[in-house]
Amino acid sequence: MSARDMSARLLAPARWRAWELALWAAIWATPFVVPQHAALINEIAILALFAVSLDIVLGYAGIVSLGHAAFFGAGAYGAALFAKHVMPDPFVGLAVGTVLGALLGVLTSPMIVRGTDLTRLMVTMGVALVLLELANKFDNITGGADGLQGVVTGPLFGAFEFDLAARTASFYSLAVLFIVFLALRRVVHSPFGVSLQALRDNRLRLASAGMSVNARLAAAYTVGAAVAGAAGALLAQTTGFASLDVLEFHRSADVMLALVIGGAGWLWGGLAGAIAFKVMHDVLSAFTPQYWTFWIGLFLVVLMLAGRERLLRPWTWFGRGAGGGGGR
Amino acid sequence: MLTLLFDGVAYGMLLFVLSLGLAVTMGLMNFINLAHGAFAMAGGYVLVLLMQRHGWPFLACLPAAFVATALVGAALERTLYRPMYAKPHLDQVLFSIGLTFMAVAAVDFGMGSSQVNVQTPPWLQGRFELGSGELTLGMGRYRLFIVAVCVALALGLQAILAGTRFGSRLRAAVDDPRVAAGLGIPVDRVFLLTFAFGSGLAGLGGALGVDILGLDPSFPFKFMVYFLIVCAVGGTSSITGPLLAALVLGIADVFGKYYVPKLGGFIVYVLMIAILLWRPQGLFTRESRR
Repeated sequence: MSARDMSARLLAPARWRAWELALWAAIWATPFVVPQHAALINEIAILALFAVSLDIVLGYAGIVSLGHAAFFGAGAYGAALFAKHVMPDPFVGLAVGTVLGALLGVLTSPMIVRGTDLTRLMVTMGVALVLLELANKFDNITGGADGLQGVVTGPLFGAFEFDLAARTASFYSLAVLFIVFLALRRVVHSPFGVSLQALRDNRLRLASAGMSVNARLAAAYTVGAAVAGAAGALLAQTTGFASLDVLEFHRSADVMLALVIGGAGWLWGGLAGAIAFKVMHDVLSAFTPQYWTFWIGLFLVVLMLAGRERLLRPWTWFGRGAGGGGGR
Repeated sequence: MLTLLFDGVAYGMLLFVLSLGLAVTMGLMNFINLAHGAFAMAGGYVLVLLMQRHGWPFLACLPAAFVATALVGAALERTLYRPMYAKPHLDQVLFSIGLTFMAVAAVDFGMGSSQVNVQTPPWLQGRFELGSGELTLGMGRYRLFIVAVCVALALGLQAILAGTRFGSRLRAAVDDPRVAAGLGIPVDRVFLLTFAFGSGLAGLGGALGVDILGLDPSFPFKFMVYFLIVCAVGGTSSITGPLLAALVLGIADVFGKYYVPKLGGFIVYVLMIAILLWRPQGLFTRESRR
């Protein structure tokens, strides 16, 4: 294969396809078409952002993490505390949450480059648990089990108030999701992103090709952490509330579920998964409010038993399953 | 002081029995089974059901809990777990989380979401007091019973693993399933038996722990971290590793909750992270494994 063929092959997935543009157009249309569901759209956008951040860590770099909520929680508390004590501007708060997530990612990234899958699983989960304990302990700052109340986010651009119907919030979250998606799309198709996928598939080979595996893992982890921090900040700002819930284990598990439903290893997986997960959640909990986790569990078990090879090639899987909007 | 230490030891012993099955499935079969707590919960509910609804004596319920969960474990291994052995760890994690979700919701549906209690028999209530003043050693009879059962189990298991034909077959099958199968060892059956036994132990631990740990449908998630800590810190290639890890964890937890109640969990998790950073394969692992 000549060098030109190779670069053409690597560049091919980086081109925007018609269906991607169409999907984004459809996504942007939703808050106009169904403004009564703005709160749900906001939730989905935040979950999608969170899932995309996990996708960088898990789908691209292949780091199994059960504690991604640590960064989400750091971003949420950071943004909430900043809005409460320093200034209520949403963009500055968002930046604070993102930076906090990234900082925490940098600090914890040396922990995930060592050991086996099990060790990584335990360490990531441990970090989230430690943060949860800390947030619980310093309840004079975080509000403890009652949550941090009285977070008021200032109007967007000084003009659009965050209202109860969450219209502003839905546009705000969608915009952040869109911008991050564009940025990450560039990242994953850059040489760095391609090397991450190579690393995920064969770490030894990448190392012997002379690339620094640990630095790449740490960088990917930090990027994922920063985006997760942004997602957390969005949640705190749009709901005006931060509680211990943002650090709980179930949040890490939920986002992983969402990502796996959508398919790890491509950016659309996070979006599709978030939509599918929320829709599934809504339908199931309308159907059986208390026991919906049973059906989620069943779905997961069946999916794992039936389709790992499809998960590795999500394009083929989604070509049939949910090309029309990510729903399943 | 000594009383606390004893409570810690009893708690650690209980954790050991609960996690041993996980150490077996994880270390010997290299399968990350987050659904392990669900088996423990099943054992606990078997005990509760048999004692409260059918009036079985406490001592008869323990083996019943073991057998029932072992059977469930065997059935699940046969049908669901076996295809998962060869898959990546992420799949295994998600698969077992899915199973746990199902178990939690199913128990919630069948038994209600409130915490259940059992009445331990009179001869296991009360406590012994030894010594006086600062050095008083108070040993709850039930905790003493747990320690005795667990020590017996640990010794028995060590003997089985190290001394019997089944033990050597198991170790061979784990080290290299293909060669073991080539030598005529029925690898599938060895794994099946091991899995069933591990689940049974979890069930037994769950049944023993109803009185101490409490039992409600969120049990598998509440204690999953503890089981995983025991296995990750203790290493999974021997019985002594998890045993020591469980004892340390139990004692640290009891002391932490007593002296610095608000920091209790914090200490345990920080310790775990530190140990895992220091020895990613666990504290008591032989270096050359895997």
